[in-house]
Amino acid sequence: MLANLVLHLFILLLFAPLLLGIITKTKAWFAGRVGAPLLQTYYDLNRLWRKGFVFSRTTTWVFLLGPVVGLAVPLLAALMIPFGALPAPVSFEGDLILFVYLFGLSRFFTAAAALDTGSSFEGMGAAREVTFSCLAEPTLLFVLLVLARLSGGLSMNTLLGEHLLASWRSEAGASLTLILVCLFVVLLLECSRIPFDDPTTHLELTMIHEVMVLDHSGPAFGMILYGAALKMMVLGALLVRLAIPWDTGWWLTNSLIFLAGLSVLAVLIGVIESAMARLKLPRVPQVLVGTSLLSIFALVLVLR
Amino acid sequence: MMWLVCGIFLITFAGVPGLFCAREGRGAERLACFLTLIGTASGLAGVTRALLSDGEMIFDLPWSLPGGRLSLCLDPLAAIFILPLLLVVACGSIYGLRYWPQREHPENGRKLRLFYGLISGAMILLLIASNSILFLMAWEVMALSGYFLITTEDHKEDVRRAGFIYLIATHTGTLALFATFALLSQISGSLMFPAAGSLPIAGSGLVFLLGLFGFGMKAGLIPLHIWLPGAHAAAPSHASALLSGVMIKTGIYGLVRLTSMFAEIPHWWGWTILVLGGISGIMGVALALAQHDIKRLLAYHSVENIGIIALGLGLALLGRSYHLPELVALGLAGCLLHVANHGLFKSLLFLSAGSVIHAVGSREIDHYGGLLKRQPWTGALFLGGAVAISGLPPFNGFISEWLIYLGAFLPLRQPSSMLELAVFAAPALALIGGLALACFVKVFGIAFLGEPRTAAATQAHESPVSMLVPMFLLLLACIWIGLLPSTLIPLLSQAVVHWSVASGVAVTTQALTPLNWVSYVSWLLLLLIAVFSLWLYVRSRKSPRTINTWGCGYQFLQPRIQYTSSSFADSLVGLFHFGLLSERHGGKVTGLFPEKIEFSSHTPDLVLDRLLIPLFHAVAGLFRFIRTSVQNGILALYLLYVALAVFTLLAFFTF
Repeated sequence: MLANLVLHLFILLLFAPLLLGIITKTKAWFAGRVGAPLLQTYYDLNRLWRKGFVFSRTTTWVFLLGPVVGLAVPLLAALMIPFGALPAPVSFEGDLILFVYLFGLSRFFTAAAALDTGSSFEGMGAAREVTFSCLAEPTLLFVLLVLARLSGGLSMNTLLGEHLLASWRSEAGASLTLILVCLFVVLLLECSRIPFDDPTTHLELTMIHEVMVLDHSGPAFGMILYGAALKMMVLGALLVRLAIPWDTGWWLTNSLIFLAGLSVLAVLIGVIESAMARLKLPRVPQVLVGTSLLSIFALVLVLR
Repeated sequence: MMWLVCGIFLITFAGVPGLFCAREGRGAERLACFLTLIGTASGLAGVTRALLSDGEMIFDLPWSLPGGRLSLCLDPLAAIFILPLLLVVACGSIYGLRYWPQREHPENGRKLRLFYGLISGAMILLLIASNSILFLMAWEVMALSGYFLITTEDHKEDVRRAGFIYLIATHTGTLALFATFALLSQISGSLMFPAAGSLPIAGSGLVFLLGLFGFGMKAGLIPLHIWLPGAHAAAPSHASALLSGVMIKTGIYGLVRLTSMFAEIPHWWGWTILVLGGISGIMGVALALAQHDIKRLLAYHSVENIGIIALGLGLALLGRSYHLPELVALGLAGCLLHVANHGLFKSLLFLSAGSVIHAVGSREIDHYGGLLKRQPWTGALFLGGAVAISGLPPFNGFISEWLIYLGAFLPLRQPSSMLELAVFAAPALALIGGLALACFVKVFGIAFLGEPRTAAATQAHESPVSMLVPMFLLLLACIWIGLLPSTLIPLLSQAVVHWSVASGVAVTTQALTPLNWVSYVSWLLLLLIAVFSLWLYVRSRKSPRTINTWGCGYQFLQPRIQYTSSSFADSLVGLFHFGLLSERHGGKVTGLFPEKIEFSSHTPDLVLDRLLIPLFHAVAGLFRFIRTSVQNGILALYLLYVALAVFTLLAFFTF
């Protein structure tokens, strides 16, 4: 139990920033550049850690609560999700709802911190973030319903348990493919990647997440960056487990398979970012509603 | 039981001595508050004794009215409704001392306190009445006192209008309730409430429909919510807290009590309530998003929360129809806990909104801004309430929604039955949660964060301690339920068993045990947040706050540049345009150097302003037309009517 917890945290805390590096490297490779080193995120975190703070005189304590909750939530949520075949250290009936709502809490405080600066840009970002996320929420629930139906349980460990392999081979495989697509869309949205958001543009009117954190600086910004990396790993773990449901029986190979899966996911995100343009903002809700319909279809397939 | 009855007396008549006191004096309001506090303490003692003695308490007296005995009965089901009620009544009473002091409101302060006491006492009485006549009497006292609370400031036109709509709505509902109880007494053969699960199902469909109409009108289920937004916005804040936090729950109590009486539940009852709950939840929160008036916004959130409660009740009813004790337990426990939770956080929000209105003198969210610096305590308390009502951990709103979610996932284990469709309650709840979060980020962010948008907001001041303490007590109750939900398992499981005889205590307690885990994770979350905050605070303590927010190169930032509440909600309101039909005026920018232009948006109520008022206007027009064509003053026509009537009668009697 304790060893499991330590291993879980070790993988999470150490490897999460690497994913961002892999994405950047993939994009550089597509553009024919050498690109920033793989470990650039670690360097950035280190640099931010040593810096001081710059605060606007408009801000209050809520401004600091944004980064705090943004880091605490993925850390806690990671404890409730299995990393590949490694089971989650914290698991109980109904933890999937807590998992979803924890991210709601972080969204609340990130958006509130953005509004705390009194800047219209950050207001825009906050408004878009809450708008798009609340459209993604039903999709996530439909996905969880499909998984709960296939597993018969209500905890993340059971949902992503060993039955997945058998489910893929049964006629539920079609549903699983559909929800894999839906989850990928949710991941792109929640981690603010193209085609919903562009993490490399700070000063365009179409940005969402980056603009919300425009006024953060120093270690607080480091917390946001690290929190975003952890969040990508946690949401990615959901996808990776779904796509690679094998259990080798040895923790080391399981961890390696998990990390390999995550790297492939990061490369995939990089490819999409290189190949696609960002969507027009009015298109985003349409894509999200379309994804919801897809997930409803997946649910209907397993219910009948 | 004597304690509770004493409490009811004290609370009910707390405002009476004030009627004989001087108009300007301060003694009467203190006496009223004192009596209310004693009354709630006494009531609390009574309820606690009843719960500890592990069963129901009955108080029975012969009665000269027709219809049996004067009979009161306190069971766990009623206790869950009474406990938050007592807290809200006491808090509102203390809050009112400074919020609505007699000195500043000599013309209506006494009236407000009189009816505040009457409505509180009547609500407790109706929750423990077990006789139809007594129930309806208490119901009517509550409804009428509500009218006088809403029209406290009856010199204002919009207040009178809101009160009038409320009066019509509540009496339409009461009419349906008269019919409900008349039919019920025919089925059971007595005016006393029958025991739980004792009535046959035959011929009960009409009873259910009439009850749903009457009780749904009070609860504010869409499309019966027409009176709610106007009324809650018009009343003084602590009265709104009582109306929204507690009074509308009597409608839910009525539905819960009514459905407990029947031995079997037809499938369509559960489906009806489930669908109504989903519609109320989603449309309620969408309408709330479109509001600019903070109290109207909170009122629409009551509609949303009643929707969530109805989702829980619907699941519980389905559980009874399909004989799934676990579904009954989770659905009803979620429903009842959300009743209590909503009472707590909605009162907290109304009281803190009142504190803001008191300080700024406006109900428009766009007139606030930067209030967290000027009202640090009110802001922090409002933030607590906002997180709780958005259903986020570690507060109480999450606990009840979590129970309902778990209930919504259960039908997955019943392959190939109609019941499987009930799983759609889960994504509906997720959408409601997401929208509520957006709405409360908007309110908190626009009102309390950023820069003040008006001169009045710049000069706002913190409210006195006697207004802050009641809010703090309510927040404490929210945190308590959020962090220690397992302390409520015994009460909830007793109530569930009381409602549905078939579910045993063991099944119910079993279904609720994962609550322990939720509470561990919530504690862990708090711990993490505390540690990180402390570290960040210590690290950033010395950094000065001397620069302006970065304006992307623009140097002359003004408060007017900030995002407003309408711009924040605009895209979501646009998505729900099919149901909201918001009106937008102006806002077209033309040319390279545009002139000064104006923009305004307004979202009228879907049912009242779009449907009922035009409909009633049309009906009135039709009647006017009939009158002018039939009764038009031409004598010859009148003679023709007489002749026709005589001929008809002759023809009728001859054949």
